[in-house]
Amino acid sequence: MCLGVPGKVLEVDGLVASVDFWGVRKQVRLDVVDAPVAPGDYVLNHVGFAIRRIPAEEGLATLKLYHDLLRKQGEEDDLMAADVRAEIEAAGPGWWRDCDKPL
Amino acid sequence: MTSPSERDALQLKFRDPERGKALVEKLAHLTESLGRSPVAVMHVCGSHEQAIARFGLRHVFPKALDVIMGPGCPVCITDVPEVDEGVALAQQGVRVATYGDMLKVPGSAGSLADARAGGAKVDIVYSVSQAVELAQKTNEEIVFFATGFETTAVATAAEILRGPPPNFSVLSAHKYIPPVMEIVAEMPDTRVEGFLAAGHAATITGWGVFEAFVERHHLPVVVAGFEPLDVLAGLVRLVELIHDKTPKVDNMYPRCVSREGNVVAQQQLWQVFRPLGGRWRGIAHVPNGNLRLRDEWAHLDARRRFHIDLARLWTFAPPTLVQHCICGDIMAGLKSPTDCSLFGKECLPDTPVGACMVSSEGTCKIWHQYGGHPELTRAVEVNP
Repeated sequence: MCLGVPGKVLEVDGLVASVDFWGVRKQVRLDVVDAPVAPGDYVLNHVGFAIRRIPAEEGLATLKLYHDLLRKQGEEDDLMAADVRAEIEAAGPGWWRDCDKPL
Repeated sequence: MTSPSERDALQLKFRDPERGKALVEKLAHLTESLGRSPVAVMHVCGSHEQAIARFGLRHVFPKALDVIMGPGCPVCITDVPEVDEGVALAQQGVRVATYGDMLKVPGSAGSLADARAGGAKVDIVYSVSQAVELAQKTNEEIVFFATGFETTAVATAAEILRGPPPNFSVLSAHKYIPPVMEIVAEMPDTRVEGFLAAGHAATITGWGVFEAFVERHHLPVVVAGFEPLDVLAGLVRLVELIHDKTPKVDNMYPRCVSREGNVVAQQQLWQVFRPLGGRWRGIAHVPNGNLRLRDEWAHLDARRRFHIDLARLWTFAPPTLVQHCICGDIMAGLKSPTDCSLFGKECLPDTPVGACMVSSEGTCKIWHQYGGHPELTRAVEVNP
């Protein structure tokens, strides 16, 4: 019962949000979430309650962590890491730079 | 705001095979540099085991790295006497509502499913809110058999604070994760050198809760999420910390977990519940490991509202197979499902002997569902 599922908020009515989980629409309660939730936000849902609003930029922040983890390897001869770095850089402008705030 | 295509892109990034391969390489490299085998780390979350099984991650983990699933399945650690309380209430004619994966969990004399087959009223709900709605629609007494860790306990707390109808009460078997990590870290035979903390429980508690733990046990803790890359990155960081001999807490799941956690949820949790020592099935007595209703909510506590007649259960002989079940050793990280003589034979998802085979978050159920290890081992032996 404790599997957490992220979903996208479609509507908010008081303490109840209508949330899309991969095409399935469900009511989620907002009693315990610690930030204001608006349509378009993502929330982490546990047994019908949102326990966290997930701002999109924080998803990017996690990816940046992985990026740093790989970069820290510091082995320039590691082609795999180099490839991945190149691929990350190629992912588009701002993908990493937007989330350079402290974690 | 993220458009659906951006969301898909983001999700793909967390499953990106190239980045995954790079993390696997890094993990192998780091593990090898430790210069010993095996190195055991433990995660404490059914969702982690599911991610590991679903994406076949165990197959790519370095041979020298043992990634053990600890007591992270809320169904599995719900103790027999707690299940018995639910079964006894149902058999006494009280309508019991609970999460679906609790249905088949064996108590000392049968499960809630057995009670239902015998005519008792047992309702499956997805959320505590559904149990409250059920109470609103009927005059019958509804007992919500509340199980799960802090992530589900906050939902129960929220409903209690909203003021449920008078015919609603709670039989709390909720558990709190941080104390059990202390127990596992101090088990005499433990080989665990670091913990991967459950990202969702930490969403509530915050990662700061593990700082004192690290200081006490000198073991690193890394908070990790549930996409394949989350798990791999969490393990890379954990092995890195083991390698550097720098026990500390690191948060690899910042998109959901902050240092202080969800303070609103914590306030509601502790307003409704108090921590109490008690047994976790197969593990040990865990000081402060259980969540029970505070005295001011006594009127909503099923244990105080009803006389729960446990004695009437014991007209049955306890199933003898249970004595061979090694769920406890599996959850303590001392054994694997494949070490159990019942696994995949007498103990199957439809006819579980132990709780680990019941829940979709139980180690045995997950291993069984995703092929488990026996077939893989045999295939390798036949076709080297």
